Amino acid sequence: MSTVIFFIAAIGAITGAIGVIVLQNPFYCVLALVGHLISLAALFLLLRAEFVAAAQVVVYAGAVMVLYVFVVSYVGNDANPVGQSPSRPATLAAFACGIALVAELFIAVLGSGLQAIDSAGAPYVAGFGTPEAIGKLLLTRFLAPFEIASYLLLVAAVGAVTLARRRHGLDEGIEGDPPTISVMDLLRPRPLGTGTMAEAGGRVEVGDQ
Amino acid sequence: MNIGWYLAVSALIFAIGAGGVLVRRNPLVILLCLELMLNAANLALIGFSRMWGNGDGQVFALIVMVVAACEVTVGLGLIVAMHRRRLPIDVDEMRELQG
Repeated sequence: MSTVIFFIAAIGAITGAIGVIVLQNPFYCVLALVGHLISLAALFLLLRAEFVAAAQVVVYAGAVMVLYVFVVSYVGNDANPVGQSPSRPATLAAFACGIALVAELFIAVLGSGLQAIDSAGAPYVAGFGTPEAIGKLLLTRFLAPFEIASYLLLVAAVGAVTLARRRHGLDEGIEGDPPTISVMDLLRPRPLGTGTMAEAGGRVEVGDQ
Repeated sequence: MNIGWYLAVSALIFAIGAGGVLVRRNPLVILLCLELMLNAANLALIGFSRMWGNGDGQVFALIVMVVAACEVTVGLGLIVAMHRRRLPIDVDEMRELQG
């Protein structure tokens, strides 16, 4: 039974992956990736990684893909087709690179001589891969990576807001000279009620007051 | 199923993702292909975790998922910023680092 589920999930995962790189519309690419992620979660379940499988479906196939769908619907309109197919030699070269990579990985992993590769893994002990076991590991042995990951998320969120905010003067200044930003701008004293947050809200012109 | 089968699937998905990064020119799809490669690595990590009967690989996979989420957030922020400035959404056109 597990063999049948493995092959169904593996074929689903590989089909989804091929769909991501073959489909032309970015929206369909995102949908193919959702299918791929759900198939991969089934493979994780077969490997007894229950918590990771649940996190994969909830976080990846749920939250991250919703982010993608939002950006695709914001950026990719049909009037401006994005990502035309490249020239034929480039495609062939990429295909050859992919084949070479598969051969290299097969040789590296399957030819490594690890004896347990030909087995179904270590004997299963109850509780392996449950949220309890993962949580215990995260809060004891892997406390430092856990905390660093939370800081990384914070930095990424702040960075994304800084990158994607609406900058007054930058959008309109494209015809003329784009305003330059230097390090000294950070040190210059600002009047109260201005600054990057006010600019992000689009309320205050730069240098207005 | 033997662990080797999972590793083979992982290698295939990784190569498909790498080929997609090389072929596609839309930065959104390149980000999706990076996700494919990260997920292939996750599958290999969880396969090895099962092989040793040890939860460390699953914790590693969770951390990789966090890093992937960060990468997606920053990458999509960059794409939105490119769209706001009416730059072409095409990696071949993005040759200059200065805005």
